[in-house]
Amino acid sequence: MKKHHRGDQRLPAGRRRVLQLGAGLVAGAALGFPAIVRAQSAKIRIGHLTPLTGFLGVLGEWAVLGIRMAAEEINAAGGVLGRQLEVASEDSINPDAAATKAQRMLERDDVALLMGEINSASALAISQVAARNKRLFLALGPRSDTLRGKSCNRYMFCTDIPNTVMVNAVGSALLRDGMVKGKKFHTLTADYVFGHDLLRAAKAFFAANGATLTGDELVATDVTDFSPFLLKVRQAKPDAVCCNLAGNQVTNFVKQYSEFGLSYPVVGFNLNTADAWAAGKGNLSGVWPTVWYHTLDVPASKAFVAAFQKKYGKTPENHAWIEYIALKLVVQAMAETKSTNTEHLVEYFEKGAEFDILKARKAYFRPWDHQLIQEAYPFSVRDNPADVTDLMVLGAAVPGADQPLETMYPTKEQNPCSL
Amino acid sequence: MQLVFLAEQVVNGLVLGGYYLLIALGLSLIFSVGGVVNLAHGAFYALGAYVSVEIGKRLGFAAGAVLSPLLVGALGVVFERFILRRFYAEDPILSLLVTFGIAMAAEQLIRMIWGAAPVLVSLPPSLKGSVFLGDFLFSRYRLLLLVIVAIVLCGLWLLLQKTSFGRVVRAGIQRPDMVAALGIRLQPYMTTVVVLGVGMAALAGVLFAPIAIVHPAMGAEIITVAFVVVVIGGLGSFWGVVLAALLVGVVRGVTIHFVPAAGEASMYVLMFLVRNYSPPSAYI
Repeated sequence: MKKHHRGDQRLPAGRRRVLQLGAGLVAGAALGFPAIVRAQSAKIRIGHLTPLTGFLGVLGEWAVLGIRMAAEEINAAGGVLGRQLEVASEDSINPDAAATKAQRMLERDDVALLMGEINSASALAISQVAARNKRLFLALGPRSDTLRGKSCNRYMFCTDIPNTVMVNAVGSALLRDGMVKGKKFHTLTADYVFGHDLLRAAKAFFAANGATLTGDELVATDVTDFSPFLLKVRQAKPDAVCCNLAGNQVTNFVKQYSEFGLSYPVVGFNLNTADAWAAGKGNLSGVWPTVWYHTLDVPASKAFVAAFQKKYGKTPENHAWIEYIALKLVVQAMAETKSTNTEHLVEYFEKGAEFDILKARKAYFRPWDHQLIQEAYPFSVRDNPADVTDLMVLGAAVPGADQPLETMYPTKEQNPCSL
Repeated sequence: MQLVFLAEQVVNGLVLGGYYLLIALGLSLIFSVGGVVNLAHGAFYALGAYVSVEIGKRLGFAAGAVLSPLLVGALGVVFERFILRRFYAEDPILSLLVTFGIAMAAEQLIRMIWGAAPVLVSLPPSLKGSVFLGDFLFSRYRLLLLVIVAIVLCGLWLLLQKTSFGRVVRAGIQRPDMVAALGIRLQPYMTTVVVLGVGMAALAGVLFAPIAIVHPAMGAEIITVAFVVVVIGGLGSFWGVVLAALLVGVVRGVTIHFVPAAGEASMYVLMFLVRNYSPPSAYI
């Protein structure tokens, strides 16, 4: 098209600058912009990596709100060891970018420790960088059993409940309702390390309790349309559909399952409350597991929810909670050991120190596989919620108060980790 | 029985292809008229979804579905008049950069206005559920979606083939200098084409909002699929793009039937095969 524009008279030099600017923008977008600019060195720097884009990005936004609130509270109370905390949150994007950023945070920013993540694959990448550098890494949101099993290492600690616990939490509710023995399940599973891991735990549970599978589907993480999978479910005619999906997948699945109006009950072995909220009222059904929910009837938890609502004007999701308690337990460890040294912190965590994580029972790290041992909850869906945050009815904590917390966790025989 | 199941996937794939079509066709149209690869197309798709949710809250689902593509289409006037128009005669890399920048700015703007968390929108209960046609299961809503896509497609084809507007646009695609020599200003036509393309993207966003997650990055997600469709169909080819969209939908469905994990990869394999092993005459 031959038409005259002002651009035609532009000098080549100007054009080159536009290109350079554009390339810079593209590079900037690929690497992500640091959320907080670095400042004086007297502060204790903490590198916080979490997905802010992609299928887990929605959850990561909650994580940032949680850790920011914890840091502000700690700093307002005078910091730790007389120093202020400085948390730099960045988008971890994918395992490759996560590893690169972790390395940069350790080398250039000299962070005392790394924490964060939701994506099990990215967490694995960061844990390898942390181990090489002999620096502490707290994997906050990932739930893969493998991460705490075959891939465990001395410098990584995991704070969320693992897949096995989620399966057991929901499983206990299903067994109680007679929904397992002799039933046929059809599973949909997120196609990455987390999902595979969850499927393994689910299959073990089904096999042990007399259930069979009519099929198991692996679903790519970027799937937004589930219709071909829903057709397959209908064709297989199971007694129940079992959802092992993650992040946005869960929301899309739940909405489209309701759109197609299939009649098989849904059970899910993974859910983050933000995914359930995003599905809206009247779409979600079934029994699901959770690590924490804002209606939990514990005074400390209620105080946290109230403070969060006051600060941000919204109800905290479980990733806001987990970053919040995680930073608090790191600070507890620094204060007790009077140190930010990784070796001292690892020792402290391994000694079985107890942490108030806003639940009825205190939590502790298991020394031989470094995972936080804590209560979990099954929940069911309310029929007529006032709004989406009112969607779920939290069940009683599992294990019951009379049983040891570790009952739900993989045993030493089941978990190949040996620290 | 296996064959019936497969046929069901094929038909379902066609429905899904129709939805890809709404986005890909606009993208292709804007390219053929302006020579601009509009990377911001996904942003209009996302905006369509968000605006329909906002209107839907106040005036109901149907009002949102109708008004949102119109409003976003109107935004297309500004987009064409003040941005795209400057780049028709420029190196395509410039329009790529500019529209990419706009896509990023738009995503962040959506995040600032509506927040990072997905906004809530559900299907009206009357549209939920499935219907059986013979042995085939259809979501009632997707059947409606198919009808809407068919209407839009026919309308667009008639507009391009049977009206004087369409004649000028088609002539402008082939010989813009000749059209100019005949004393016809192409600019108003360009504006209209961009408005149509952008409006269709918004309509796709509106239609998908109740059955998928509405979040700031939804535009970035869809643009990849739209590009694959346009590349398979051939940039600028109307029926090529129509065929490609349906093909991508069907191939994806059939692949998921046999190898569920390969569902998303199948469209890229298809793109590779079509681009490498079909005669050049397929791209007119």
